[in-house]
Amino acid sequence: MYAQMIKSEATTDDPEKLAAFQARIDAGDKIEPKDWMPQGYRKTLIRQIGQHAHSEIVGQLPEGNWITRAPTLERKAILLAKVQDEAGHGLYLYCAAETLGVSRDELTEMLLDGRMKFSSIFAYPTLTWADMGAVGWLVDGAAIMNQVPLQRTSFGPYARAMVRICKEESFHQRQGFDIMMKMVNGTEAQKCMAQDALNRFWYPALMMFGPSDAESVHSEQSMQWKIKMNGNDELRQKFVDQTAPQAKYLGLTIPDPDLRWNEEEGGYDFTGPDWSEFFDVLKGNGPCSIERIEARQKAWDDGAWVREARMAHAARKRATSVAAE
Amino acid sequence: MSNEWPLFEVFIRGQHGLSHRHVGSLHATDAAHAIQNARDVYTRRKEGISIWVVPAAAITASSPDDKDALFDPADDKVYRHPSFFDIPDDAGAM
Repeated sequence: MYAQMIKSEATTDDPEKLAAFQARIDAGDKIEPKDWMPQGYRKTLIRQIGQHAHSEIVGQLPEGNWITRAPTLERKAILLAKVQDEAGHGLYLYCAAETLGVSRDELTEMLLDGRMKFSSIFAYPTLTWADMGAVGWLVDGAAIMNQVPLQRTSFGPYARAMVRICKEESFHQRQGFDIMMKMVNGTEAQKCMAQDALNRFWYPALMMFGPSDAESVHSEQSMQWKIKMNGNDELRQKFVDQTAPQAKYLGLTIPDPDLRWNEEEGGYDFTGPDWSEFFDVLKGNGPCSIERIEARQKAWDDGAWVREARMAHAARKRATSVAAE
Repeated sequence: MSNEWPLFEVFIRGQHGLSHRHVGSLHATDAAHAIQNARDVYTRRKEGISIWVVPAAAITASSPDDKDALFDPADDKVYRHPSFFDIPDDAGAM
């Protein structure tokens, strides 16, 4: 997902307070920033919401890549609106993380120096216009699977950010599917581009949900705290079940010869992704991992004078208005 | 960290004459800048017709520890609600 392999932090708090905290969560209470919370809950959430925010921001890059080359003015305006939404999602989430006592600058610096990650999916390149379709359809589709249940997460500011994000995310998936429909009904070459985009994004999209629950050592505590709402395998299955008929509708072939409907299970059997590739990408060895961080570093460095100049300007305006009084 | 843009809380009035409602927060250098940013971050889909921004530092909030002291006394005053009183149907609409 946008937050992958989030390690639950050990907690060394007073057992009595911990039990009372868990009781609040079990009763469906929302935890608010000024409420008492275990250190581990706070740290895990900072890491999870931070990584989610970074993914929204870094996620602008593969799509921003196509803004100047969108095929029509309308497609360009739509893509601009989508990328602007991603920026907004990043901002909602950064603000939610900041309520836990970490600053925006600290979060940015942790992304840039590698202490915090962004989702593996954005380490892949967007090579053709059809990739804009595949990203919206598959990547945003996978994100929605995870984000809809997170609207009920136990931490109030995170849940509220998710409500806003989910309202906007469905536009993203539908615009992606719309691009795919256009491509598959176009020329033979356009249809090939759509198939090629699906071929390249299918397994990376499956990786977004993270490794199998059987190997995921961090899930249990996070599920108990309701900061993770569903198992990785459960969401991945749901995604495949939803997406396979859509691929068929488009007349495209999912690049998995073993994908077939399992009547007994009421779901599709499918081949899992290559997890060694996933771990490698998460370590920063994806095809575009370095490029993405370099782009963020450049934006951070090049924007420094703007951030400072705006502060200086505001300070001078304050001084002038005080002097005038 | 010291030179980070300060935090503002954003309130938006929707289209139908309701009160301004808290929608989230953002960083900006001053109030005018915060309004500009709020427009971009919180009203991309006609969510409102009016924006308030307030420096987050200017807000005084009740403490979670005072929750009982502040709100419990309302628990035993059900007579503040109209449904507490039994009015016979014969008395007509009330």
